[in-house]
Amino acid sequence: MYASLAALLGQGGAPAAEGAAHFEPFFPGMIILLPLLGFVLNGLLAIRHGMASAVAVRAGAELDLDEGGRPATHTLPSLIGPGVMLLAFILTLVNFIRMLGAHLEEPVVISYWTWMSTGTFAVDAAIQLDQLSMIMMMVVTGVGFLIHVFSVGYMKEDAGYPRYFAYLNLFVFFMLTLVMGASYPLMFVGWEGVGLCSYLLIGFWFADREKSDAGKKAFIVNRIGDVGFLVAMFLLYKTFGTLDFVPLFHDAETLVYGGGLVTAITLFFFLGAAGKSAQMPLYVWLPDAMAGPTPVSALIHAATMVTAGVYLVARSSVYFALSPVASATVAGVGVLTALFAATIALKQNDIKKVLAYSTISQLGYMFVGVGVGAYAAGVFHLMTHAFFKALLFMGAGAVIHSMHKAYHTTHNHEDAQDMRNMGGLKKHMPITWITMWVATLAIAGIWPFAGFFSKDEIIWQIGAFGGAANAPYPALYTVYWIIALAAAMLTAFYMTRMMVMTFHGTNRTGEEEVKNLHEAPVVMWVPLAILAVLSLVGGWINVPPAIRESFLGLGPLTSEWLHHWLEPITAQAMHIQEANLGELSHSAPFGGGEVMWAIISTVLAMTVVFASVRFVGGQKVVPAKDSPEPAGFSKVLLNKYYVDEFYDRFIVQPIIRMSRFCWRVIDAGIIDGIVNGVGWTARGTGFVASMLQTGTVNTYAFILTVGVLVILGVSIF
Amino acid sequence: MIAQALVLSAILFMIGTAGVLIRRNAIIMFLCIELQLNAVNLAFVAFSRLHGIEGQLFVFFVMTVAAAEAAVGWAIIISIFRHYETVNVDNFKLLRW
Repeated sequence: MYASLAALLGQGGAPAAEGAAHFEPFFPGMIILLPLLGFVLNGLLAIRHGMASAVAVRAGAELDLDEGGRPATHTLPSLIGPGVMLLAFILTLVNFIRMLGAHLEEPVVISYWTWMSTGTFAVDAAIQLDQLSMIMMMVVTGVGFLIHVFSVGYMKEDAGYPRYFAYLNLFVFFMLTLVMGASYPLMFVGWEGVGLCSYLLIGFWFADREKSDAGKKAFIVNRIGDVGFLVAMFLLYKTFGTLDFVPLFHDAETLVYGGGLVTAITLFFFLGAAGKSAQMPLYVWLPDAMAGPTPVSALIHAATMVTAGVYLVARSSVYFALSPVASATVAGVGVLTALFAATIALKQNDIKKVLAYSTISQLGYMFVGVGVGAYAAGVFHLMTHAFFKALLFMGAGAVIHSMHKAYHTTHNHEDAQDMRNMGGLKKHMPITWITMWVATLAIAGIWPFAGFFSKDEIIWQIGAFGGAANAPYPALYTVYWIIALAAAMLTAFYMTRMMVMTFHGTNRTGEEEVKNLHEAPVVMWVPLAILAVLSLVGGWINVPPAIRESFLGLGPLTSEWLHHWLEPITAQAMHIQEANLGELSHSAPFGGGEVMWAIISTVLAMTVVFASVRFVGGQKVVPAKDSPEPAGFSKVLLNKYYVDEFYDRFIVQPIIRMSRFCWRVIDAGIIDGIVNGVGWTARGTGFVASMLQTGTVNTYAFILTVGVLVILGVSIF
Repeated sequence: MIAQALVLSAILFMIGTAGVLIRRNAIIMFLCIELQLNAVNLAFVAFSRLHGIEGQLFVFFVMTVAAAEAAVGWAIIISIFRHYETVNVDNFKLLRW
């Protein structure tokens, strides 16, 4: 016990590999424990706050407000929530710098105690530090910290403030478990934990039936994917007898390339990933998840949790590289989701819904990346997306915050999230306006913003993979390539549309309300500014050599750092890919080199942005309450292709009918009938038999005699 | 010889059985049970002439048990009579559903 406690607090147990000799982990366990500590403290405050409010309400008071007009239990969560995140980020940073200095070839596994051990199956509570988990930890704690800070401003006036921070810290704890766990079961613990926190935070305002339903929907849809994760784990255990990453990946190549087993394992893993990362056909929960507070959407439903599926595929890259069918499925689902979600985003009027579909679309890109063997590119897009999408969500949060306040002041009940009620906000919120434009240009893929490098590399890799010497389905990848490019153009369009509708043109909020629009407070805009810088320069850490050599990569200013950094993780998959597919192509499906297509895509994206500014800016947008019902195809897009209705009609309703049948006929009718029937039979028999008990001695004697005679008769004859 | 003894035993047993089934007076029923027991005793003694002494030994056991039974049985009948002032078993129907 002391040993494990010391290991937890101190420098950790013995490193598993010799290659780690240079890398000394610095309190790695504390990185996970700090958010848990925050959860416990904030949770206790939340309980206290809840009881205090209940007492106050019973006494007739509104809430226990102190002189500042803020609930009295606000100060401590404001310190604890972001505080533990800052400490965790600093610890991660120290470990990151140490790992930068060490040339880590093998992952460092630190085992604290045996979590469970039954027969031949044993799982340790062990964390794994390697290049991939380190990148994820940096994103989770770094972006997470900024979002916590933003939340201090955004949630300031909410009655459930301590509870909010408790959930948020708990989420970070589980997310870190997910990315740091050294085995699939531990990863699954984090996987389920973030799902739980997602549910809790989507339904944060649970008094609203619609919002708590959205939380349930997210949880249930995720569960469908989790079945896949579980089955994949069972298959792995059956095959290898262990679920720890290091031995699993070491023995992975004993599986047959393209064999049925590895394809089944990877496809089941992908089912799990599709649920968590909102890919078709399980994406429907993410748009509804926007019911939660906006910083939650930024943290969970844009930057971290939804990328867990991408992390899972990147982590299992060896298996996916072994199965061309599964890889093609991953890329295909990714590219279709990217296009599908982008078209829906074209017509959404809710600012958060636009961003939600944009997130689904960008997650699609990440899956395309990891599906075409560009695991580093997928993780790269995950990282840049975390920057600019967190920024976009928090910017939207700042806008909603301001709009809400404006409507609140004038007691107007218009929708504070509807872009048709916005317009011309740049005058009132200049910082939000500029930072969000940075993120928009980044997501649109315009040089030199972060999204350009990551998205362009993914699109390039589709062509390179499809053009490889022994590529499995070359024609299919050409189709993927075209769709990915088309979706990128749509992204540029709908994001610009969102910006123009929100910030440009004339204001549609209302004459009284417009006076109350204000810039976000400093605690909210500073995280925006930091993320804007990251969205601007974040892409330069991974510039492909071909681009670096041209003016686009700015030569020595940039590097292919991330690609090399992740090499120990992806090397095995790359090796398998090279052995079976041959060398990757050096030109796009329709000819042309990397630099040429980079220029073409930027020019195209910029053209779309300008066209969109002109087109949307030229449109006359009317406030939501005066808007006519759309018709034709835009109605289909606005209603999200009626996918929810389709699911409701063909999946949910049949299940409800079946459940009702099971309840009314099978359970209430047959099962209860049998149980009650047994009871009634026993009672009836007993009632009839009790008639024999007359109390008269002679009757008993008579029955006895008859019985004796019968027995005698039977034994004699 | 044994046939006659067994026939007598059977007749006595039938009388005893009929008495237990037909009569309602607890004392008479009791006496009939004693009659059944003694019919059995007679059969035992008769058989012991053919098969050795064990039959007679059993008779002593039966008589002992009958004596003990008589003591308990009479005690019950007496206490019932004190309570109900009758020994007609048709009046005793307490142990009923």
